[in-house]
Parts: sequence; C-alpha cells; structure tokens
Amino acid sequence: MSATTQIEKTYREEHGRVLAALIGQLGDFELAEDALQDALVNALEHWQMDGVPRNPGAWLLTVAKRRAIDRIRHLAPLERNALPLDPESIPAPQEEPEMDDSIPDERLKLMFTCCHPALALEAQVALTLRTLGGLSTPEVARAFLVSEPTMAQRLARARKKIHDAGIPYRVPPVDLLPERLDALLAVIYLIFNEGYAASSGDILTRQELCGEAIRLGRVLVHLLPQSAEARGLLALMLLHDSRREARLSAKGELVLLEEQDRTRWDSHKIQEGIAILDEAIALRDPGPYQVQAAISALHAEVPAAASTDWRQIAMLYDTLAQMTPSMVVEVNRAVAIAMARDLQEGLKLLLSLEDQAENFYPYHAACADLLRRTNQREAAADAYQRAIELCSNPTERAYLQRCFDTLTDSVK
Amino acid sequence: MKYMLLMYADESKGLQTPEEQQAHAPETWYALMDEMKAAGVLVSNNGLSPVANATTVRVREGKALITDGPFAETHEQLGGFFLLDCKDLDEALRWAAKIPSAMLGSIEVRPLWSPDA
Repeated sequence: MSATTQIEKTYREEHGRVLAALIGQLGDFELAEDALQDALVNALEHWQMDGVPRNPGAWLLTVAKRRAIDRIRHLAPLERNALPLDPESIPAPQEEPEMDDSIPDERLKLMFTCCHPALALEAQVALTLRTLGGLSTPEVARAFLVSEPTMAQRLARARKKIHDAGIPYRVPPVDLLPERLDALLAVIYLIFNEGYAASSGDILTRQELCGEAIRLGRVLVHLLPQSAEARGLLALMLLHDSRREARLSAKGELVLLEEQDRTRWDSHKIQEGIAILDEAIALRDPGPYQVQAAISALHAEVPAAASTDWRQIAMLYDTLAQMTPSMVVEVNRAVAIAMARDLQEGLKLLLSLEDQAENFYPYHAACADLLRRTNQREAAADAYQRAIELCSNPTERAYLQRCFDTLTDSVK
Repeated sequence: MKYMLLMYADESKGLQTPEEQQAHAPETWYALMDEMKAAGVLVSNNGLSPVANATTVRVREGKALITDGPFAETHEQLGGFFLLDCKDLDEALRWAAKIPSAMLGSIEVRPLWSPDA
C-alpha cells in the first residue's frame, strides 16, 4: 500500500471519531472542521516522510487542536468573542499522543447533530457523509450528481445553521430520542438506497455509498447497543447488499429477485444479516426496519425462488402496514398476498390502490406482472407501457421494456 | 395599543445604489431609534438572523414536525410573537410546539441577529 493510499484509508477511518472529539473540546463545528483540515495537510507532509504514526487518530487530534489554537489567535477580537470558549481552556495537546483509547467516542453526538430535523434532509445526508464518513466534498457531490460548488455551498450553509441557530451538540434527551433516532436511521437508509438504486451513476461511487451506510450502521449499533431498530436497519442493509452482484447481469441489465442466480449472493453478508436480526428481535422492541429485514431474510434463506415462504412474507407485510401505513407498503402487501394465496385476490387488492398509486411506476410494474401471470396480456402490456412512461431510472426502464417486448412478441 | 412592525426585505438583494447603502448604515438605524425613544413609542426592537437559520414547527396529530427553512405559505399572516431566551434550538423548538396555534398554522423559530453570524 502506498503512503498516500494508507494516509487516505487512515483518514477515512479516523475522521468521524477525531472530528467528533474535536467539536466536543472546541465547542464549534466550523472551527473543528477547519482545524482538522489543517491537520490533514500536516499529516500528508509528515506521514509521507516518517510513515503513518502508531496512533494516527490521536496524532490528528493533537495537531488539529494546535491548529485550532493558532486559528483562534489569528481571529479578530469580535469573532474570537463569538466563540463559546477561550483558547486557554482547550485541553493542552500532549507531545506524545498515547493510545487511541484516549480519544473519547463522541460520534453519536455528531450523528445526531448532522441529522437534526432543523437541517434540510439533503443537508443531513451530505453532512453525515462528509463528517462521519470522511468523504471529501467532491466525492459527496459526485455521489449525489450535483456540482462541487453546489455541494460545498450546501455543506457550508448547514454548518452555519448549526452554529447560528444553536443546534445542540449532544445525544438528545430521552423524550426526544425515539423521533431523533428515527430521523438518524432514515438518513443512513437513504444513503444506502442512493447507492443501491441501479442507476446510471458511477458504479464505484454507488458501491462506496452502500459500504459507507453499512459502516455507519455498524458504528450506530456499537454506540447504541440497546436499539433494536439500529440492529434491524444494519441487518436489512446487509441482506439487501448480499444480492448486489446478482442484481445486474454481465451486460449491466437489471435482474429481479425471482430470476437472480442465487449462487452469486454473498453468503457471509446473509449470515451476518440474519445473526444481527436475531439479536435485534431478542431485544423485544419490534419496528419497521426489523420487519423489513425479516422479509429480506425470508428471501435470502431459500435456495430457489419457488420455495419462497410467501405466506410468512404476506403476514410480515400486514405487520408493516400497521406500523407504517403507506401506499408503497400496500402495493408490496398486495403482491405478497397474490403470491401466497391467490393471484386474483392479490390483483384485486392491487387494482383497488390505483387512485393513490397512479404515479408510482412500481405499482404499474406490479400490476403488469400479475396481469401477465393471470393471462390478461393486453392489460399487462398497457400496464408495462404506463410503468415505462413513469420510470426515470434507465436500468429499470430497460428491464420494463424487455418485459413489454417479450409479452407483445408472444402475442404476435 | 402596541404595534409590532415587521420588516420584510429581499435578503439576497445586494446594496447597489447609494440610497440602499445609506439605508443599511448603522447610523441611519440608530437615528431612527433615538427618534422613536424620544417620542416614547419604542418598546423593544431587534433584527433577525437570516432566513437560512430559520426552523419551522407544526404540530399535527400531537406530533411536532420540524423542518428546515422559513414558513413560506403566503396565505397565512403573522399573528404574534414570543421572544424567549433559550439554551439551544431544541429548547426553543420545545416551546414552539407548545404554542396552541402550532396545531393550526406553524411557528417560525428564528434566532435574533447576532454580530458573529
């Protein structure tokens, strides 16, 4: 591994932890980020010559603290007064940084601050990736297909609001914790889905997003071991991610679950996902992520699509519909009922959702599939056509087009 | 009878003409405040931090919904204000969610303008 690669790897691993500790000590988000940026420049110079130190996190924290003090000394008196502390009160950096354990793990505070509902959702996502994931601004910009200046501006605005609006740096008190944790889990899942969507975007960047979301999920489980839903989300992401390789054919075409080559599923991820789901269920605090992970596990556990336990899946969708009622859940529930009990019954249920689901392309794709299975070919072709019109994802649209072509060819 | 005078202006617009620069100068504001004080009409005044720092709270079905940004639906008018001194945004949001009208409309929470912002 070259020095630069090793520095990058270390930086990404240590970034969240060092930044979180630094914000805790400096009491200022922006100052901490700027000081850590300075420390990274120093690290590149020193580590290339002397090698990566034994405790890179402690090294970065020490140097960043020194740089922060330098920055405060160079501020105009008015700006200095605006800071929540004076430089003398910052704990003195140690000359010889000791073990990594000397850095208190304050990443949970950082996570809750980045995902505070007073920030726009897109800003929460960007800030979480930038600060906890240690992704650079250009990397975050690429992942969300926006220009670098736009992303830089989004991040700057979010940091400024944290400071100016007084968003607290802490783990929320007990009465706020459930809803704030929901928001935090939603941001992590959004990052995962952004990476998982089979879009035309840069495949490497997208894989990195899934990897980042899983890493954040692991950190959260480590920091909040009593949260069943944090485990549920981690299990769900691992189970989905286990199918990554099988989801696209060699030609880059989308392959649906039913037709995937199950030997290409990642059995380690499946085993780990199921084990984590079991731990979550043992905490006896059910929630929607655990239910979705359980559905995903039922697909993952069987060697062939034909032996899928659709009855159990339909029951889990019933539970999910009670926990988080939504049109999307209802569409999935109708499909599960069709597969578990009776195609006609499921189709009837699905068609009853038309008013709410009119502009949701997976609804039309699901209708088309059930119509095809019940030999209503013309209606199925119409439904595929409608789905194709509404679908904006090129890979998924190409899949729907293939379905449509197969169906109409067989009619001729 | 007390009146609250709300100042609306386009934040994004720069100060182009000399008149606009004059209108922004602190002396112009201090002069007006002196004039109001002398007339005995000034109760309290302050500026607000830019809308970028605004947060809106709505209470629906007993749940506080918190969103980034100012309240933007123009068919509702400002009906009053509370000026509170809170520890942080979460404390201010908690109070905002207790205001009865949060169930009907929404409460925009804006920090007061401060020199370091």
